[in-house]
Amino acid sequence: MAREITGMVERRGAGLWLTHLLMIIGVLVIFFPIWLAFVASTVTQPEIVQPPMPLWPGDRFVENYTAALFSGVNVPVLTMLANSMVMAIGIAVGKIIISLLSAFAIVYFRFPARNIFFWLIFLTLMLPVEVRIVPTYEVIAGFGMLNSYSGLIFPLIASATATFLFRQFFLTVPDELAEAARVDGAGAMRFFWDILLPMSRTNVAALFVILFIYGWNQYLWPLLITTDPSMNTIVMGIKQMFPSGDDVADWPVIMATSILAMVPPVVVVISMQKLFIRGLVDSEK
Amino acid sequence: MEKRVTFKGWLLPLCLIAPQVVISAVFFFYPAGQAVWQSLFIPDPFGLSSRFVGLGNFEYLLGDPYYRSAFVTTAIFSTLVTLTAMVPALFLAVLADRLVKSAGVYRTLLIWPYAVAPAVAGVLWLFMFNTRVGVVAWYLGQLGYDWNHVLNQGEAMGLVVVASSWGRISYNFLFFFAALQAVPRSIIEAAAIDGARFWRRFFTIVLPLLSPTTFFLLVVNVVYAFFETFGVIHTITSGGPQQATTILVYKVFSDGFVGQDLGSSAAQSVILLVVVGLLTVVQFKYIEKRVHY
Repeated sequence: MAREITGMVERRGAGLWLTHLLMIIGVLVIFFPIWLAFVASTVTQPEIVQPPMPLWPGDRFVENYTAALFSGVNVPVLTMLANSMVMAIGIAVGKIIISLLSAFAIVYFRFPARNIFFWLIFLTLMLPVEVRIVPTYEVIAGFGMLNSYSGLIFPLIASATATFLFRQFFLTVPDELAEAARVDGAGAMRFFWDILLPMSRTNVAALFVILFIYGWNQYLWPLLITTDPSMNTIVMGIKQMFPSGDDVADWPVIMATSILAMVPPVVVVISMQKLFIRGLVDSEK
Repeated sequence: MEKRVTFKGWLLPLCLIAPQVVISAVFFFYPAGQAVWQSLFIPDPFGLSSRFVGLGNFEYLLGDPYYRSAFVTTAIFSTLVTLTAMVPALFLAVLADRLVKSAGVYRTLLIWPYAVAPAVAGVLWLFMFNTRVGVVAWYLGQLGYDWNHVLNQGEAMGLVVVASSWGRISYNFLFFFAALQAVPRSIIEAAAIDGARFWRRFFTIVLPLLSPTTFFLLVVNVVYAFFETFGVIHTITSGGPQQATTILVYKVFSDGFVGQDLGSSAAQSVILLVVVGLLTVVQFKYIEKRVHY
């Protein structure tokens, strides 16, 4: 009986194949821009500037990627990749550390002005850096942090999302654990290191995936504060590779750079798919 | 909700919370306060002194046809992005939901674009539609359609909309797919026994059950279109042609950094602050509501 009902709900035969067909068309359409960029990164400049360009990869893969990585246009792409890596990891790790600590303080202690701090952090929940760019830029310039990693990282870790996530999680941790730790004479920090942190491992990992992508994909902020090409991140550096005026852009190198710019976040998303989806759903709640 | 069991002391928790509070104060509250303060002044052309004008900057902005047109552009842009990002995502999620065994494979293939930065997505789409080398533009030309987003305002808007929505389709797909998987099979089966066909089941049962997810995604996508699409616009059109794709966030940037009009840029920041505040309230109202579902 159950099988017959399943048969009614999940169509078989022609309907199933049609569904597969539509799905494959959808995937191909979504994929096409990436495919085209990859093809462009493996052919020669003349093949691109005389349209239509080929739709199948050429044999210049090694040459184009070597050119991009080691010489680039303004600065070797390898340098930009390194800058992006420092920025993305800095933002992810920084946010996770400060929010673990503050969430721990808010949940496990009663101290003066606790509620005021809580609301102050709460207020920062949703304000993107895009909205306060000019004054934030002035603060960074005042500290002499233009063209520096700390200038790239610090303004972007001032957000409360991660704190709230950890707060929600800490509130679900059974009280008995803290009680047992206290009875055994363990201090607060001991409890944090030995019990709370190991329990938060999955949350930390899921959040890391989300924050890494967030940091890697930043555009406006690095654009403003890295005037020195050697501090450019790869995502903002691509636009800088286009010539001003009527010169023809070096498309194979630019497209190779675009592909390189998406490899790290894509690898992170695909390889940690389960954690990523979990982190995504949690952090938007 | 509060913990019953807590630790004693007040110095330790203050030290623990200090890094977050200090960073928020220096890079968030101070700049936000500065934006409000600066919005009340007009600096002189040499930047040596500034004159207090009260709400003058706001009055000027609201009367400025360019600013008002940026508002309209933002409204059109975010509506189009939200629709273009959500409708195909729902369609693909419905398809994937029917393919029980292979759904995981398709999901893996579809989440790629989410990881692609908006600015990189902008470069990819610019490359396809580039008036000189773009392969799609070339094939359109063969079909007799002369594509030129550098001059045509409608085409420029269409291109930034599609480039902005592309990565979001993956994001919305994940949420719709998860929601569809959570629809109880027994309800669907009951309807099937009663003779309801697929599309009827979809519109009368599944879609209403998806409404919390749909509403949530609506808000999130509007926020995305407002604030996170700067990279797409900057790489593809730089706000042009004739400001046809200048959304509010882009205008804060171009007036503040390119035009050096700090008072006006600060006033625009303050207006955006209010918009963000309203969107946050809507989102939280909704989250409260969702608890009752």
